[in-house]
Amino acid sequence: MERAMTLTRGIGFGAIVGQRVKTGQLATVDENKIELRNFGFHYGAFQAIRNVSMSMPAHRVTAIIGPSGCGKSTLLRSINRMHDATEGARAEGELLLDGINVYDPSVDSVLLRRRVGMVFQRPNPFQLSIFENVAYGLRVLGIRNRTTLAERVEQSLRRAALWDEVKDRLHSSFGTALSGGQQQRLCIARAIATNPEVILMDEPCSALDPIASLKIEDLIYDLREQFTIIIVTHNMQQAARVSDITAFMLMNREKRYGELIESGPTDELFTKPSDKRTEDYISGQFG
Amino acid sequence: MRTFNYRRRKLVDQLMRGLSALATGCAVIPLIAIIGYVLTIGSGAMSWSFFTDVYQPPSNAPEPTADAPEVAYDPNDPFANLTVEPVGDATGSTEDVTNVYNAAPRGGVLHGILGTLTIAGIGLLFALPIGIFAGIYLSEFRNERFATIVRFCCDVLSGSPSIVAGVTIYVLVVLQTQQFSAVAGSMALAILMIPIVTRTTEEMLKLVPETMREAARGLGAPTWYSTFTVVLPAALPGIVTGVMLAFARGAGETAPLILTVLGSNIISTDIFKPMAALPLLTYRYTESPYPGENTQAWGAAFVLMMLVLLMNILVRVATRKSGGNSR
Repeated sequence: MERAMTLTRGIGFGAIVGQRVKTGQLATVDENKIELRNFGFHYGAFQAIRNVSMSMPAHRVTAIIGPSGCGKSTLLRSINRMHDATEGARAEGELLLDGINVYDPSVDSVLLRRRVGMVFQRPNPFQLSIFENVAYGLRVLGIRNRTTLAERVEQSLRRAALWDEVKDRLHSSFGTALSGGQQQRLCIARAIATNPEVILMDEPCSALDPIASLKIEDLIYDLREQFTIIIVTHNMQQAARVSDITAFMLMNREKRYGELIESGPTDELFTKPSDKRTEDYISGQFG
Repeated sequence: MRTFNYRRRKLVDQLMRGLSALATGCAVIPLIAIIGYVLTIGSGAMSWSFFTDVYQPPSNAPEPTADAPEVAYDPNDPFANLTVEPVGDATGSTEDVTNVYNAAPRGGVLHGILGTLTIAGIGLLFALPIGIFAGIYLSEFRNERFATIVRFCCDVLSGSPSIVAGVTIYVLVVLQTQQFSAVAGSMALAILMIPIVTRTTEEMLKLVPETMREAARGLGAPTWYSTFTVVLPAALPGIVTGVMLAFARGAGETAPLILTVLGSNIISTDIFKPMAALPLLTYRYTESPYPGENTQAWGAAFVLMMLVLLMNILVRVATRKSGGNSR
């Protein structure tokens, strides 16, 4: 109930930050951060995903894999209600964050997104200085104190492994002037600056070269100590490298909606999948 | 057969290109003609005093020189020092100096320049907040039904004749207050500026990538916050261009001003009283029986064109600077 208050009334933000598990010490796997129960999503008359039931543990990386058009991104974006602005978008079933259904009418989407941050497919820094990019979410929260802002920005840039590359031009350089890989790390820094509990990543490496991708992957691996991370990826090797849990989705051929085939610990899913379709997909024999 | 097709294709290509060039030429002719005509005739009125002086009635009397004694004016006896100019002058010329028909143009249009800047400037002050907020509404809440209605009304308004705006303000403001005034003119111009500002703002905001809005939304920013901190700044150069277009449109309007501002021969600082404006001066001087003032009409038109051109160049330079930093 206490968590419910933070969602609906926007209080207790500091309390959540305080509860966070200390660095280097992972929470028990049993604690499920997000749970989906018969979750489905519609765009008007079109059903994008249907009947997805799975759980995503806290302080773990959950990867969602599957071919294009299977509804991975829809599933990811429905976790922080990114589709709210889309006309005709509608959810069914339950999507629980700490036991609270985020599609409950009493949940405020703005407050939800302050707890569930997001990194997008293409790096999308604002046309602001590097500093202001990272500080944006903090300013949204009403933090005006310069010292606090500077501290949090430095801390976030360090955690995003970008500090050394940009520390000399925080204010003089635009976020958009960085390279693609740097921009994406800047976007990650921007997302973690507000200390969200969950970070959603929508194919964060698809617009990057292999070296930049590797840096992001290392980063994701480190960040799970403090955040629960959900990542959508096309790249199965990437899923195998960074994730603890993997979910495999596929488009239902007859009914044209995306469905969850199976989900489980990554090493199990990749070595002994329980479904034939998963096996075909990960071994590259998928039609 | 092959050669024939090839030559035919080339020929058609040439022909079509020629036709397009011809049409373009026809479209540009009026523009060049206007600029050229205004330039050649208007330059006859150009002098330093044309920009620094206000209206002077036509006269052949010699300009007062420094050594000429200042004629004292005694309010108790206004006719005391009045001397009647003789026909002809001391050199024995028989030319009648009271016949001002062929007098050279005197005075300038400084009052018109200041008046136009004031009236159009205040008009912009009215139009800017309304236009920009309406543009934000149309762009950020584009699916709402009210937005569709507003968009349609905007298009109708921007296509309607400017005299309509003049008549409207004449009835609603001038007749009510029993006073022609610069502010009434500004209101009429604002009516013409609002649709331009609104539609440009809307179009420019729509060009801002959706990923920017998503990024801000993903950080928990409410729509109003992301609009003012991310979307609006990104669209600013385009919006400024639209605002300048609106200003230019307003500065060049004549019909609404005739019904609201009336005009003036002096520099007026009271915005609740009639004021001069370049288009009004152009109109009045064109109607004038004096050839000297007819020339000044061209001069006023020339100054107006230069004013708008200057504004456009200034804005281009300013927005290019701020746009260049971003990438």
